[in-house]
Amino acid sequence: MTELLVGTKKGLFVLRGEPGGAFDVVHRAFPGTVVEFATFDQRTGRYFASVTSGFFGPRVMYAEDPTGEWEQAKGPAFPEGTGAEVERIWVVMPGEADGLLYAGVDPAALFVSTDGGETWELNEGLWNVPTRPEWQPGLGGLALHSICPWPADPDRLAVGISAVGVWVTEDGGKTWRTGYTGLVPRYLPEDQWETSQDLCVHNMHRAPARPDRLFMQFHGGVYRSDDAGATWNDVAAGLPSGFGFPLAIDPGDPDSAYVIPLTADRDRVTREGGVRVFETRDAGATWSARNEGLPQEDAYLTILRQAFGSKGEGDRLQLYFGATSGEVFGSADAGRTWFRAAERLAPVTSVRVA
Amino acid sequence: MAIVALRAPLKDLAGGRSEVKVDGASVIDVLRALEAEHPRIVGWILDEQGRIRRHVNVFVNGELTREDAPLSADDRVQVLHSITGGTA
Repeated sequence: MTELLVGTKKGLFVLRGEPGGAFDVVHRAFPGTVVEFATFDQRTGRYFASVTSGFFGPRVMYAEDPTGEWEQAKGPAFPEGTGAEVERIWVVMPGEADGLLYAGVDPAALFVSTDGGETWELNEGLWNVPTRPEWQPGLGGLALHSICPWPADPDRLAVGISAVGVWVTEDGGKTWRTGYTGLVPRYLPEDQWETSQDLCVHNMHRAPARPDRLFMQFHGGVYRSDDAGATWNDVAAGLPSGFGFPLAIDPGDPDSAYVIPLTADRDRVTREGGVRVFETRDAGATWSARNEGLPQEDAYLTILRQAFGSKGEGDRLQLYFGATSGEVFGSADAGRTWFRAAERLAPVTSVRVA
Repeated sequence: MAIVALRAPLKDLAGGRSEVKVDGASVIDVLRALEAEHPRIVGWILDEQGRIRRHVNVFVNGELTREDAPLSADDRVQVLHSITGGTA
């Protein structure tokens, strides 16, 4: 039995089923409300959902049973005096110490919980970096959406921000440096490519088996860093497009990554009416299309940045992604074959495997 | 005491009560007192900077008002979400 947490524009759908066929919708939580993200903390068995009411604002909710009662966390909320208010909560990520979790929000900020996600405090170090007044949002806002802990070391962390690039701390969040050498913002004039910090990261993951390696889906490019985010190499050659939003990895293979290319930033749907996941097993040197079981005709899907989740590793890696069409597709064999797990849900914003 | 009238989902967060009597000399005082009495409402009407949320409307005796409006005893404060802010 596999359990999926599918965040949508109209609530959280809890799906359960056996890989290979349609899953059952066993519960819908937060009806009528945007669920930007939902995840499961394997360490504690606790579920988290980022829930945003267009009227009453965003909040983190948590539960021990996703089909039962959810509790509202205290925060994330900006301290008085910052003048800021949380607009969206893009991601909740377990950290590398007991009770430690992170939340990334818009406007770009990192919140930290040390009590298992019940209370949250602003990371002042990142909030107060001197360049912040110059930070520019992407189309989706000024969003801190990717959080990459370093295995077994809570002091080391990388975050991805749209559109302010990659920020790294090695002292538990007291100080931060940005690392962007090699990222090319082709959406800007050429004379700004080497100096601009308007870097639109779409998604970023660390390879836990080789923690100095990160993969990134950029706004027009796929990149790999082998030095913990200091420099980046374009590995998009071989992909039909460098544009897309989500990215996944096989945690057991540091040379692996999966992306779902879209046509271009001016046409954010799957290319030529076919849905294709691309996989690399050689760190981006080559890519292979994985589309067996995915629709290949008249399928113009948009897969958003948090809508690609995984569980397991190696040949038993499970991959699931959802589209704004309300469909969810899955693979139980590391992408070799795919099946439709759900359809006719609300537009999907996030997918995670519990 | 002012009477704060609530509808779902705020009513649910106030233990199912559609009317709550709270003390306060201004709208912000009353809303803060409401939060103190019903902590699950924290963050729903006021944002973290103490401002009424952009897509929430507060009426006093039927008139749209803002945070610093003064209140008298027995004023009726209605909290409603606006017709904007939702998704299609």
